[in-house]
Order: sequence, then structure tokens, then C-alpha cells
Amino acid sequence: MKISARYLDKMTVFDISGDVDLASSPELRKALLRELREQRMPRVILNLKAVRYMDSSGVASLVEGLKVSRDLGARLVLYGLNGTIREVLQLSKLLKIFEIYDTEEQALAP
Amino acid sequence: MGQRGLLLKLELQSNPEMLCVVRHALGQLAETLGFTSAECREIVLAVDEALTNIIRHAYRGQEGRPIRATFRRIEVPCDGKQRKALEIVLEDRGMRVDGEKLCGRSLDEVRPGGLGLHFIKESMDTVEFRRKFAKNQLRLTKLLKAPKTKKCTEER
Repeated sequence: MKISARYLDKMTVFDISGDVDLASSPELRKALLRELREQRMPRVILNLKAVRYMDSSGVASLVEGLKVSRDLGARLVLYGLNGTIREVLQLSKLLKIFEIYDTEEQALAP
Repeated sequence: MGQRGLLLKLELQSNPEMLCVVRHALGQLAETLGFTSAECREIVLAVDEALTNIIRHAYRGQEGRPIRATFRRIEVPCDGKQRKALEIVLEDRGMRVDGEKLCGRSLDEVRPGGLGLHFIKESMDTVEFRRKFAKNQLRLTKLLKAPKTKKCTEER
């Protein structure tokens, strides 16, 4: 997995690529919690267009980020999910829990 | 166990970095056997989650411990017929896994963790766990659906 950050006006966009699994999900979790808890970013956006695979540890990182964002009154937004990632979130019955958009433009909109 | 129906045997170590290697090999194997793309993804997800559980729970995150993964083509009785299936057996020498904990959790509660077993059960046709000779053994099977037969119409 590769993860890089872009900082926009009161938003952080993480561009993530590759596989999010047991080996890489701790890095994603750490990055999410840093932006939400330490940087107090009001909106954190995950660009998942280039994520090929996600396992339950990746889903758990997203859920933890979502819970922290709700506790802090922030937003965790996902976009660009391919069929594989949608399947995993659907299997977890979490697809409707997250704020999900198709494009970055939609994810950045007020 | 004998070599009957043996397709692939992997001896790996409990290192998270090895998971992607197994995923790629297994995806290719499942595709070669004739599983659909969706079924291939299910098989890969189930095995990945099972290996993750071994690393996290049986070995408590300790790296370098042995895991054996065996993949066989088998036939199983189903609705009075013999059906082809893929059998996957994962063995480790880690801590005994509490059978009651293998029930998974309710998905009604939104919280991180506890999803792996749910993924395995949803993805595979059978999931059996046993402890034998100080080894945990997880046996998974996935039925290979019969190819759709085309009806031929004769032109006269």
C-alpha cells in the first residue's frame, strides 16, 4: 500500500493505492487518527480509486476513523471505490454507514 | 493425508508481508480451476482472513512461525450427486483457538474488529475447525459450480 496526503482548505485528501491488509492497515489507521485527532481536520477524504484489495483489518481502520470523526464532529469521506472494495463493505453491512461518493469533485463539495 | 487431488502446498511463515504472495497465487489457482471472478475474490478473501487470524490470534503477532496451506481438488456429495470442489486446509502450531469464539459477531453494531470470521463464513461453502496433535487445522471448501450447458438447436 502507498499513501500520500494532499492538504486543501480544511481538508486532507489521502491518495491510497495497492492492497490494504494486515501488513499495511496500521499505517492507514495511524494516518487517519493523526489527521482527525492531532490535526483536528474537519474533513478527511480517502481516495480509494487505486486500492485493489481490502481485508477486514482495512475495514476496521476505516470504522475506527469513522467513529473518531463522529466523536470530534468531523467527516470521513470515501470516494472512488471499485467493485471489490464495495463488495467488502457490503459484506460487512457498512456500505450505508460511510459517506461515499463516486468522484473527488463530489467528495470536496461543501 | 495423501497426495490425492493435491494442487498446491505452501509452507509459509507468519509474516503479514507474505499475505499478498498467497493472495496472488491463490487467485491464479482458483481462476485456473474455473471459478468465476466473484468466486475467486471470495476464496482469496476467505484464505487471507484465515491467515490473518492465525497470525494475529494463534501466534499473537509473532513472526517466523510455521503455517502450512494445502489446496486440493476434491469431490463432495451434494444433492445426490458428486460435485467438484476446492478444499483448503490451513494448519498452524499456535495457541488453541476457542471454538466458541469462532461464531463471529453480530454486524448490527458498528465497531472495528471481528469481521474476519464473518467474511470467511460468507465466502466459503463449509468451514470446519479442529485441534489435533497440538495443531490448529482449518478446513474450507468451495463448490465449483457446473458450467452452464448450451441448448443446441438443429437447423434443418
